[in-house]
Amino acid sequence: MIAPAKPDLVTVNIDGKEIAVPKGTNVIEAARLVNVDVPHYCYHPKLSIVGNCRMCLIEMGMPAVDPSTKAAIMDPATGKQKINWIPRPQIGCGTNVSPGLHVKTLSPMVKDAREGVMEFLLINHPLDCPICDQAGECKLQEQATGYGRGYSRFIEQKNVKPKRTQLGPRVTLDDERCILCSRCIRFSKEIVKDDVLGFVDRGSYSTLTCYPGKKLENNYSLNTVDICPVGALTSSDFRFKMRVWFLKQTNAIDTESSVGANTVVWSREGVIYRITPRRNDDVNDTWLADSARVLFKAVKASDRLTAIKINGTDGALDVAVNAAAELFKSNSAPGAIAVVGSGRSSVEEQFLTRKLADALKASTQLVSRVGQGDQLLISADRNPNVRGALVTGLITALPFGELTGLGAQIDAGKVKVIVAINEDLAAAGLTSAQLTKVSVVYLGSHFNASSAAAKVVLPTLSPFEKSGTFVNQQFRIQKFFKAVPGPVGATDDLMVLAKLVTAAAGLTLPAEINALWKVIAAEVPALGTMAFANLPETGLLLDATPFAALPFAEGETLHYKPAQPAVAAATA
Amino acid sequence: MPAPAQRRIIFQHIDEPGYTNDIGCYVRNGGYEVLKKAVGRKPEELIDEVKKSGLRGRGGAGFPCGVKWGLVDRKSGKPIYLIVNADESEPGTFKDRYIMHQDPHQLIEGTMISCFANNVKQAYIYIRGEMPHGARILEKAIAEARAANFVGPNILGTGYSCEIFVHRGAGAYICGEETGLIESLEGKRANPRIKPPYFPAVLGLYQCPTIVNNVETLCHVKYIAEHGGEAYSKIGTPGNTGTRIFCVSGHVQRPGYYEFPAGTITMGQLLNEVCGGPLPGRTFKAVIPGGSSAKILRFGERFKGKRKVGAEMLDYDWGVEDVPMDFDSLGMIGTMGGSGGVIVMDDTVNMVEALANINAFYSHESCGQCTPCREGSLWMKKISSRMVHGLARPEDAALLKSVADQIPGRTICAFGEACSWPTQSFIAKFGDEFKQYSETKKTAKPEGAHELV
Ligand SMILES: Cc1cc2nc3c(=O)[nH]c(=O)nc-3n(C[C@H](O)[C@H](O)[C@H](O)COP(=O)(O)O)c2cc1C
Ligand code: SF4
Ligand code: SF4
Ligand code: FES
Repeated sequence: MIAPAKPDLVTVNIDGKEIAVPKGTNVIEAARLVNVDVPHYCYHPKLSIVGNCRMCLIEMGMPAVDPSTKAAIMDPATGKQKINWIPRPQIGCGTNVSPGLHVKTLSPMVKDAREGVMEFLLINHPLDCPICDQAGECKLQEQATGYGRGYSRFIEQKNVKPKRTQLGPRVTLDDERCILCSRCIRFSKEIVKDDVLGFVDRGSYSTLTCYPGKKLENNYSLNTVDICPVGALTSSDFRFKMRVWFLKQTNAIDTESSVGANTVVWSREGVIYRITPRRNDDVNDTWLADSARVLFKAVKASDRLTAIKINGTDGALDVAVNAAAELFKSNSAPGAIAVVGSGRSSVEEQFLTRKLADALKASTQLVSRVGQGDQLLISADRNPNVRGALVTGLITALPFGELTGLGAQIDAGKVKVIVAINEDLAAAGLTSAQLTKVSVVYLGSHFNASSAAAKVVLPTLSPFEKSGTFVNQQFRIQKFFKAVPGPVGATDDLMVLAKLVTAAAGLTLPAEINALWKVIAAEVPALGTMAFANLPETGLLLDATPFAALPFAEGETLHYKPAQPAVAAATA
Repeated sequence: MPAPAQRRIIFQHIDEPGYTNDIGCYVRNGGYEVLKKAVGRKPEELIDEVKKSGLRGRGGAGFPCGVKWGLVDRKSGKPIYLIVNADESEPGTFKDRYIMHQDPHQLIEGTMISCFANNVKQAYIYIRGEMPHGARILEKAIAEARAANFVGPNILGTGYSCEIFVHRGAGAYICGEETGLIESLEGKRANPRIKPPYFPAVLGLYQCPTIVNNVETLCHVKYIAEHGGEAYSKIGTPGNTGTRIFCVSGHVQRPGYYEFPAGTITMGQLLNEVCGGPLPGRTFKAVIPGGSSAKILRFGERFKGKRKVGAEMLDYDWGVEDVPMDFDSLGMIGTMGGSGGVIVMDDTVNMVEALANINAFYSHESCGQCTPCREGSLWMKKISSRMVHGLARPEDAALLKSVADQIPGRTICAFGEACSWPTQSFIAKFGDEFKQYSETKKTAKPEGAHELV
């Protein structure tokens, strides 16, 4: 018997298990909640429902009621309300729960329907798994094993379709593998509003193609590769590079902008092969910009800094730190040292940067990186973590424009030493003349004008080589993890910063992230109740109200509206 | 029993000498008088007349028209659209085309009455892409009716306005399926929609409530508005009211279109008396009673069971010739009245070859959205055409049936049934021909005949 449900919940029975689910949930999602897998291809939680693959066919029924009296009709055999089973299988994706809905996913009717659909999907499929990139993450392969009959009755000629169409600069299409689920079409139309994909021809000859004269070249084109359930759409970059089952997956955050899209970094033996989106329904849904997926190429770039330099000669870390300490000591007048922190640094790094600046009585500034948002997953603020700098107290005002104020102070002879962390001062607006007037201590991962001009160069890690947190535009603190080891010669940013703090103030701070978080939690009220290890993978919203008056640069993006400041924190 | 006389209420003027398709001729014959009266009545009254009439849709499914109109969401505040389904493409069906070519104003009058009854301000006639001539005739007729104030703003001074637009179809059979039609009318591929949620009565054209009716159905509405639902319901038999138009094609002496009160004529009377029987020296072998997707009947098979006649349940024991040609009787014996396309095959027809032809049609016309229909229809076609091209295996009959069985009831639209019923029924009734086809001498092709697909 179905228990009375709460008003916004609907109780359904799936394979004998009862569960209350929110109204509007479809049967696939409801089944997921009781760990029942309803195989599907065309259904995608973030796209419109078309019900075309027919893989999700299941048996459904409703409790029987007398049509005139509306009284329940009981089944004398079971003593329970009789269920009127619909004689034809129904699609789970297109059916929303209704009170008392009964579902069978394991009945002979369902098994037969699934076997039929699987057979149909395979008859014209090239069955070229051994040379297909999708192998290992192919729904067709998985569900053929799980729900297919395991033999073929098809002796006719298979359909022939284009095998290697370049749909755009980053996406390759094999039409013979396409199961015509239309996910890629719906994604382009509904999410990116770039309606360039469609089918031509009819029936089994239907062929996916690009609108004549157009290309699939928007900055989200690779999402079609992610959601293609088969190997029809592949990434032209990743194609034939590596079998996915050899790859290690590491959760990370896109550093392109303050959206903070959740990602997975796929690597093997210290080499990154690709970046894909990680679902976060409050941030990026299941999407990720193409531009976010090539960021890992910087890891192996030829301009990586791999040698610690002191006045142009190689040296050890402690020698370099001592050299920096000497610079700090000889410029102890208040305001003689400036710290240029970064909105690309992690919260932890920003915390240590603030500690360093405090110890040096240095002024602090951040480099502003404002561009145009794309209203989807790239916001106007191209720094991933300006809000981290606010939360940790590294800055109190938003960075704006170039570092002209700092330049003026250099010209006035006030600032003598600059500690630049992951920021190129030249790119941020200082002239080369100004750079020659100061001593630069540079921490960073890549070569630039500042590293070239620096007295002390401390090579550090790229975001793929370390762990930490960023606070995105919603004031959501999100974790990222080390996917690959850094190059020889580079040191973890936290280690370098901790050593500099010690050198400047005699204060010992932990460089290990969990230990450091104890200090952070004790000193930063907004993070007071948290620990790095306990932060959820999808992040935690911080209290944004202290910063509500700041003129943030971001316009509207997916799951972010600037007019409404982020909702008060669940910091408990 | 001799066949009853034809009763032409829809085809009254079809092929009438001197009858032309202009408004002058139509009005001389009493045209638009019904509309004039109808716009003076209450719309609900007209809907009631249609409900009382028992009129069932003539597009194929035989769905009661009054019930369909009753399902329309009238509370949404959105406009209600009416679409005339003039996509007539079911093989074996050729009735709507004659109405449009020879008596277009009958359709326009019926459409306007239906629009008025349902408070529709905009109607579309979606005409099959391959009928450009019909489209031009309709456009001219609408212009004439508009000039005479039967269509357009402030019709006959009543304050009621309604426009009719002709939309030329996209040239695919699936454009006739109502939700595919709606997609096509919206300018997209005619991919049928899932129901639920996209029932036209609620979420149809442009997501507004929409009525889709067949050409002939709307002509019946005109007759009902003229004579009343009560009077209409007395034509034909209970549950199968009004007249039915049969489009008889194939191996009879006099193929053509014939209109009879529904349920009053049997298959045997229709084929033997009305159509003159088989060609000289031949015998009837099989007949498809309601368009090519209807299940085939084999002459010689018998259908037994009980049926309701008045209040009583009576036994019936019918041969194909004895079956009354109405929705319910044909449904009872496992086929359907469908669109009224009666396709007759005599003893010269090889069933494997006939099925190969039908399968070629359906595999070509599947929209390709849903897996069972898309893949199943082409697979069946590949098997049957391999068979006729000489590589038949005895096990192909069972394979064909098994493939067909995996389609119906599992697809988005009724095309799944349409494409699998022929194979299912051909194998069920002529299974031996399929099993033995590998040994059968192939039918000699007449001089100049088209190659088999
Ligand atoms: C595959 C398919 C093709 C159809 N083609 C036509 C057609 O050509 N003309 C038509 O009137 N109805 C056609 N129908 C039926 C329509 O979907 C719809 O039921 C009909 O237009 C409703 O009108 P009625 O109620 O007046 O019969 C088709 C249905 C299917 C499933
Ligand atoms: S390419 Fe992939 S996502 Fe697109 S329709 Fe084909 S199978 Fe679906
Ligand atoms: S049943 Fe066939 S025609 Fe209908 S939607 Fe599915 S594929 Fe298209
Ligand atoms: S998931 Fe494709 S039909 Fe339901």
